[in-house]
Parts: sequence; structure tokens; C-alpha cells
Amino acid sequence: MARNMKMSDKDAGAAMPRAPASPASAARAMKAVYGWLLLLPALLLLAAFTHYPAIATLWHSFFSTPKGRRPAVFVGLDNYQTMRDDPVFWRALWNNLWFALGTIPTSVALALVMALWVNRNLPGRGFLRLSYFTPTVLPMVAVANIWLFFYTPQYGLIAQVLGIFGLPGVNWLGSRETALPALMLVSVWKEAGFFMIFYLAALQGVSPSLREAAMLEGASRWQYFRRVLWPLLMPTTLFVLINALINAFRLIDHVVVMTRGGPDNASTLLLFYIFQVGFSFWDTAYAATLTVVLLAVLGLAALLKFRWLDKRTHYQ
Amino acid sequence: MRRTVLKSLAAVMAGALFSLPVHAQQPVDVEFYYPVAVGGPITKIIDNMVADFHKENPDINVKPVYAGTYQDSIAKVLTSMKGGQPPQLAVLLSTDMFTLIDEDAVVPIDGLANDAAGKAWLGGFYDAFMQNSRSGGHVWGVPFQRSTIVMYYNKNLFKAAGLDPEHPPATWQELVDASVKLTKKDASGNVTQWGLEIPSGGAFAYWLFQALTTPNNAILMNEAGNQVMLDKPAVVEAAQFWRDLSVKHGAMPSGTIDWGTTPKDFLEKKAAIVWTTTGNLTNIRANADFPFGVAMMPKKVRGGSPTGGGNFYIFKSGTPAQQKAALKFAQWATSPERAADWSIATGYVAVTPAAWETPKMKKYAQEVPAAAVARDQLAVSVAEFSTHENQRVTKVLNDALQAILTGAKPAQQAMTDAQHESDRILRPYR
Repeated sequence: MARNMKMSDKDAGAAMPRAPASPASAARAMKAVYGWLLLLPALLLLAAFTHYPAIATLWHSFFSTPKGRRPAVFVGLDNYQTMRDDPVFWRALWNNLWFALGTIPTSVALALVMALWVNRNLPGRGFLRLSYFTPTVLPMVAVANIWLFFYTPQYGLIAQVLGIFGLPGVNWLGSRETALPALMLVSVWKEAGFFMIFYLAALQGVSPSLREAAMLEGASRWQYFRRVLWPLLMPTTLFVLINALINAFRLIDHVVVMTRGGPDNASTLLLFYIFQVGFSFWDTAYAATLTVVLLAVLGLAALLKFRWLDKRTHYQ
Repeated sequence: MRRTVLKSLAAVMAGALFSLPVHAQQPVDVEFYYPVAVGGPITKIIDNMVADFHKENPDINVKPVYAGTYQDSIAKVLTSMKGGQPPQLAVLLSTDMFTLIDEDAVVPIDGLANDAAGKAWLGGFYDAFMQNSRSGGHVWGVPFQRSTIVMYYNKNLFKAAGLDPEHPPATWQELVDASVKLTKKDASGNVTQWGLEIPSGGAFAYWLFQALTTPNNAILMNEAGNQVMLDKPAVVEAAQFWRDLSVKHGAMPSGTIDWGTTPKDFLEKKAAIVWTTTGNLTNIRANADFPFGVAMMPKKVRGGSPTGGGNFYIFKSGTPAQQKAALKFAQWATSPERAADWSIATGYVAVTPAAWETPKMKKYAQEVPAAAVARDQLAVSVAEFSTHENQRVTKVLNDALQAILTGAKPAQQAMTDAQHESDRILRPYR
């Protein structure tokens, strides 16, 4: 897909400068038109739902919020100053960074371990794979509600298990220290199974002869994993990492259902705060300003992938 | 074949064009957004209500549109307004009034109902409910599905703790004493039953807080909605009392308590006393396997609770005919008979004294004395916390309360900070 796009781009570029005088160049021009027509649907969708909103967001972030009879006026960097002085924004950003740091490595590592585990010839392998994948297919809001019950003090699942061992219950979602980690745990549980599928697919693609050759050379299982399998899985790891990062900044459902950002913003994530500012406070200009930050973070992640990690990754 | 299709298509379109003006002159269409915030078959009740109204008023077509929760509904109304297609009538939170005024979305009701009958109708509601409808000398909302906070208590657990189940705590001191007695621990010192739960998680902390500040004789905001009084000594004292219930008296779980699971905790007998909305009455009545009582908010210097719930709003964008039709529907729906029906079907508090005088309401109050507790509390109830930039100021207050309850900030400091932040937000409205 990407390659096709690049080719038609090149063709179009070559055809444009020349006047369509000769039949050959006319045919080329037709080809260019054809290429652009093929691109058009995707281009329109991207422009309408990705590029235009992104640019409009940036534009709106320099204006005040229109209210009733007061239209929006240009305020320059006022919204950004407000943001700099807004403790809730900083809290949300830090929470989000901690959230990313807490969920990404754990869920990726867990996914890899699970994939290696279910990639072997075990009895009931299909069932195991299915059960690891189940959290992913469940609807987010349903999952959040289930976990809400797990975390409920006194008669929730965790409280009951703790009670058997005579341990005191914890108000998981109602304490500042545990609210965010509690959300992280749900996220890891949900994401690991999803990432496992990618690892599993990658593992299936690894030729068994590599393993046999390594074993013949006397490599240990750890050496085989470290020197052969891990480098071969690098493209998958990269893909999974980027997805995990994006998901960490995109999460909102669990926050809405389980904590609504509380207590005292202890579990407010950036997107939830944007949602609150935009659709509860109706301060659309400030919400746009916050969105610019989110876009910048995600843009940075993409840049990191394409400029830096891609060069260090071995593609087969 | 194709020609016939085209011809008939053209005929239909022409027909539609020509017949439109004729239609528009006849019945008036009123689009009506409403939320569902309590259990029960609300959509069905609304549909029936609208059908009954249409029978009596064939020239008005009310089109009910279910718009989600209260939050969803205001979001839908405001976005549809920005898109140029707002409804003509909606039920939204009474506290959304300033937001709707600031967005220039609604018309004052007293401007529409300006004849003698209209004035009498507007004067017929409980004043406690009307406090959230008045601003700038106008009335902006018609009380419809309204509620208040009451105290639910488990009579069996009262008996087990040696308390009189017919005498629920009536003062703060009695509340503390009873809650401490009702808190039970197992051999290893873990609490198995809490004396009291006042929910503080989610978006309603400020509302429950008003059930503490009102008895302590503190009002949190002015009628113009541009000034809050959060750092007054009585307010700080109420916040400290809330914190003390868990930290000092050990009768309430520490940290924040989830709004949604509080009724469940009560039904599971994990909490002997809970404070929550009258809207939960039907749910608790249906699911409690023990006798329970309903009582008013305990007194400190006085009694009282905030009101809550939704009002009718009529939108500016409607034609005069539509606004009139919307008003007619609101008047019809709040007439004594109808208000009584609505209250009995949903558990909301009937909004006029006249509704409580109807035979069916009298019968209901006898069968369900709990429903009458909410009514009696109205005499001392106050407006729900509502200001300009309502959601934002409310969040500031909620955050401050949660900071106090989780021990992140002392009460005085948290409330002073909240006052400063609210002042900053409200400055443009003074």
C-alpha cells in the first residue's frame, strides 16, 4: 500500500512539468490523473478527518472561546499561558507519563512471555490463546465495570480474597496513591493479550531451521532467544511499542467509568482532561490548546519511530 | 421503466415541496430532549405522557428524543445548537441554567407565561425548587424531575446495635454517636460494617457537601451565580466534620466513596446509614431484604439539604408558535395530576404542593412514607450549587473536597485554594 502510493507520487511528479503535447506525454498525464484518482478517496478521508481537524485545532488554540453573543477573538498565546499555569494540566500530563511508563514495558513483556508460552506444542493451546486474547475483545466500558466490582471495598473480588487471608481492605479507587496504579493494572491486563497476537504471528513466521541450526551450534535457549529470536522480533516490538504509547495517551473509557479522574485529579489523564474542558466546561479554545499538546506528544512518538528506531531495526 | 421511476420521483418531490407550507401551518412541531438519570422505564413513561398530551392538544406534535445522561444531554443540546438544529424544549439539570443563559440558548419562562394564569402557575412550585430557576429577575427553568438528598438507614442494624430504629439521628452529634456504634470490626480489627457512608467520588461530592453546609447555616453561592463563599468558617467546619467522620471517629471509610456503589453497599449491609438522592428510593425499595427508614439530613444549627434534578428549558431558536407550544407542554406536564403521576412512576419529588393534595398522591404518601420525607425537607432546602462556568467551578470544589477527604490538604487550605480558583474563574461575570 505504502509502496504503491510512493510510486504514483513519483509518476505524478514526473508528468506534471511537461505540457501534454505528444501522445506519449498525454498518456503519462492520463496515468497521473489515474494515480491521483486512486489516491483521492484515502486523501479526502485523511484530509477531512485528520489533517483539517489538526490544523483547525492549532488555529483555534490562538483564539478565545466563543460564547453566546461574544464571538471568538484572537488572543495569541493566552491559552498557552493559562495552560502553563494550570496545575490540573501538569497533573494530567505527569499522570499520563507515569501511566505510559507503568503500562508499556509491563504489557509488552507480558505479551512476549505469553506468546512464547502459547507458541509451543501444549495440550489445550487453542484454549490458552483464546483466553489470553479475551480481554481484548471485551468492550472497554464492560471491562471497566467488571474491574470496578473487583476494586469495590469490602465485598469486591480483591477485598474478598484479601479478607480470606485476614488482610485489611484497601479503598483502591478512592485513595490518591492507588487510583492510578489500579487503572494501570486494568490497562496491562487488557493490552497484553492484544500485543500477544502480534508476537504470536511473528513467531509463527520464524523458520524452524534457525532454531535447529542454533541448537546444532550448541547455543543455549537463552542465547537463541537473545541472539536470534529477539532481533527477528524487533519489527513487531517496535510496532507494539508505538501502539502501546498511542493507546496510553488515548485511554479515556476506563477513567470515565472507574474514577472520573478522582480523587482530586489523582487519576486524570490528558485525554480525559481535554474531554472535560471541551464538553463539560465548554471551553473549546482551551481544549484545543490541550489537544495541541497531545498532538505534539503523539507526533513526537511517530517521529521517534520513523527517524530513529526504524534505522535500528532489522526488517526481513 | 426508468422514465416512470424518474417521473414518479419528480412527482413525489414536487408534492413534498407544495405540501410543506400547508403542513407547517397546521400542527406545531416541538422537539423535546430528555435525559434518563434514574432506574425504571423512563422512556416509556415519557412516550405515554407525550401521547396523552397529543390527544388533548392535536395541534401540537411533541417529539421526544432520549438524549442520554444529564451530561450527554447538555452536550447534545449545545452541539446541536452550534450546528444550527437545537431542540425547542429540553429537560436539563437545574444547575445548567447559567451555562444556558451564557450561551444565549434559552428564553425566560416568565416572559412567555406573562398572563395572570401563567404567573399563578409559576408561583405554584416549591420555592426550594425555584431557587435554581431564578437569576437576574427572571425565571429560566420549570421544575420537573426534582430530587433532594435523604438519609437511608437499615432498621435491623440499628436494632442490633441497640439503637431505636424509629429514631434516626437528627443532629450531627447523634449521627456521630450512632455511626460509631454501627461500625463493626472482626477479630483481626478489619471493619466489616461501616456506620455511615457519604459518597464523595465522581461528580457529586459538592452536592453531598451541601447537605453538610446547609445544616451548618452556610450558603455556598449568590443568586447571581458570580460569587462563591467556600472559605467561610462554617464551610470549612463542615468539610472538617466530613473528614473527621472517617479519621477521628472511624465510622466512615477513608478516601473517597464511590457515588454509584453507595446504594449497593447499603443493600449489601456493608453500610448502616447512607446519604444519597431520593431518586434511589425505588431501587432501594425493590432490592432491600431488610426494613429500612428514610430520614431528613441531621441538623447542626438548622436542618436542610440541597435540591437537585432537572428543569424544563425553552429555547430561543424556536419560532414564537413553537415556544408557546413548548410552554403549553411544560404547563401540562407540571399540572397537579400529571406531576403526581410522574412522581409516583419515577420516585422524583412532586414539584408543587397542589400535586401532593391530589388523592393519588395522598394515597402514595401513605403507602410510602419515605416519599413524604423528601417533601417535608423541602421547607428547609436550598438551591443546588450553581454558578456561571458551572462545571468548572463545581470541579474546583469537588477537587478540594477530595483533597480534604484523602488527606492531601487540610480543610482550611483546600477551601481557601478553591475560593481563589473560583474567584479567578468567575471574575469576568462580575
